[in-house]
Amino acid sequence: MIGEGLQSTNQRKHSFVQDRVEVGFFTDPSVCIGCKACEVACKEWNQVPDDGFMWSGNSYDNTGHLGASTWRHVMFLEQDRAKGNQIAGPMSLDQDPFRWVFLSDVCKHCEEAGCLEACPTGSIVRTEVGSVLVQNDVCNGCGYCVVSCPFGVIDRRPAPLPDSGGAFKCTFCYDRQKSGLVPACAKVCPTESIVFGRLDDLRARGAERVQQLQQSGYNDAQLYDPTETSVRGIHAFFLILGEPEAYGLPPKPQIPTIYLKSAWTSAFATAIASIIATLLAFAFFS
Amino acid sequence: MTTNSPSEKRLEELREQAWKEGVVAGRGVDVAGGPIPSKPGYYGQPVVKPPVWTWEVPLYFFFGGIAGMSAVIASGALIFHHVDLAREAMWLAAISGGILSPILLIMDLGRPHLFLNMLRVFKHRSAMSMGAWILSAFGACAVPGLIALELHTHQIFPGTLDQLLRLAAGTFIFGSAIFGTLLATYTGVLIGATTIPAWFLHRTLLPIHFGTAGLGSAAAVLELLGYRIAALNFLGFYAAAVESALLIWLSVDKHGVADRAIHEHGSGWLIRIGEVLNGPLALILRFFGLVPLAAISFLIGALVSRFGWIAVGKVSGSDPESVFAAERY
Repeated sequence: MIGEGLQSTNQRKHSFVQDRVEVGFFTDPSVCIGCKACEVACKEWNQVPDDGFMWSGNSYDNTGHLGASTWRHVMFLEQDRAKGNQIAGPMSLDQDPFRWVFLSDVCKHCEEAGCLEACPTGSIVRTEVGSVLVQNDVCNGCGYCVVSCPFGVIDRRPAPLPDSGGAFKCTFCYDRQKSGLVPACAKVCPTESIVFGRLDDLRARGAERVQQLQQSGYNDAQLYDPTETSVRGIHAFFLILGEPEAYGLPPKPQIPTIYLKSAWTSAFATAIASIIATLLAFAFFS
Repeated sequence: MTTNSPSEKRLEELREQAWKEGVVAGRGVDVAGGPIPSKPGYYGQPVVKPPVWTWEVPLYFFFGGIAGMSAVIASGALIFHHVDLAREAMWLAAISGGILSPILLIMDLGRPHLFLNMLRVFKHRSAMSMGAWILSAFGACAVPGLIALELHTHQIFPGTLDQLLRLAAGTFIFGSAIFGTLLATYTGVLIGATTIPAWFLHRTLLPIHFGTAGLGSAAAVLELLGYRIAALNFLGFYAAAVESALLIWLSVDKHGVADRAIHEHGSGWLIRIGEVLNGPLALILRFFGLVPLAAISFLIGALVSRFGWIAVGKVSGSDPESVFAAERY
């Protein structure tokens, strides 16, 4: 058996949807082995089309970034830092420090979601378990969610791929969860780098893991969960080694609705100024 | 030993390049900087997604601005008894706002046949939803307003019915003016309230720019259609003066790396060319009485800068350093 085996929340059946319990993903790169089983499981279960095959030259990452047809993405970071207190072999004693970090990225399912607020069709909704879901039969492909996501997750699928024109992202395997099944990526993860479960349980587990790692010498281990910004926390949060920027994660993500007030104020002022200018023009130059 | 066959030539070229530059670039080859990649963020990948919008959207911004502000000019003309100008302006408003704008907006959708889904919900926190409703309300006012005005001016119906038409024309045209001002300005809110750094950092400037460019463009089109009157000339001066002030604002209110897409690259040139054409150049031409040239300069500038702002969004959204800088700002 791997990990906690059948005791693990990743392998048990559950009734979170029926019980309306907030769920989440906790993704921990310190135990990720970079196998990409999550990427494959996600593509296969959700029947996501391929988005081209090419060599990126970026370590073992030929996926690139999250998008309309990439809902899980394993990152491969090459950093010139030591990996905790690990004992290096004699060969590496005289070499520069180096560590190879893997992290499986996914839609963050924000507490305050930019895509959900932006959607003009009501296609994007909040589910019973707190995740953010795109109802694809409703989406008309306006593309506004794409520029409203602070994490660059959701994207419009280009032609000629199947179902092109609509916006797509991780569904948190809502279909599986409704039947009491665990999301495909968590189910297949061999090291439980991806853990699925109740959000409050996972947050406690994450905090504990950070402490554990710091005691083992990973001084730069921290949780990535922006609860202090207008996003107000994420349902799929991460443990990261080092700075969020290195993972392409925004250090202070904001939901764009916070900019509405100043923008609309300016719009109304312009509207009034234009009316006054027009009336003045006709009043004095007729 | 070298031969003249193309494949051997290619190998020679590669050898030359390797010798000269120390590295041969190509897809899947990333040796710049040695074993640890040094690109910003995660291998230089975008942090937020650049907009997927194509040419239809800036063109819609342009025609929507003309349409909305034409209705304002029509209302002003109606109040001060310039009925011919009001009719011409309402034709402009109805054609660009009632026909061209919806067509462009629907063409831009990934699934155009589902465009009616825009009216499933009313979300005041989504500028896209508000825009769909504003455009619908504008069309629903401008088209009947134009029809009523035309029926009234041609005295098609007698007596009381004609009086009713006059009342309807006034109501619908004033209604279209109110929604028109929003139609011309909301587009600035639309791109200002996003996660694209160069856009949200200028969310106060954008509605002023789009709205005023719309007003100046509407006046310019009417002037080119032959209405060389002092009132439109004044509006031309006003719009060009505001745009000149915005050009200064943009060059003073710089945010360094965070909004460099406005000041660098091709996108920066589009903004600059657009703003010079509809700002200082239009102002100078108008000052010397070259009204048609000023009108043409303003129209081209307004169009170019709309394309410029979408180009800025694409550059800025693809630039991880801009996103990081804007968040630390």
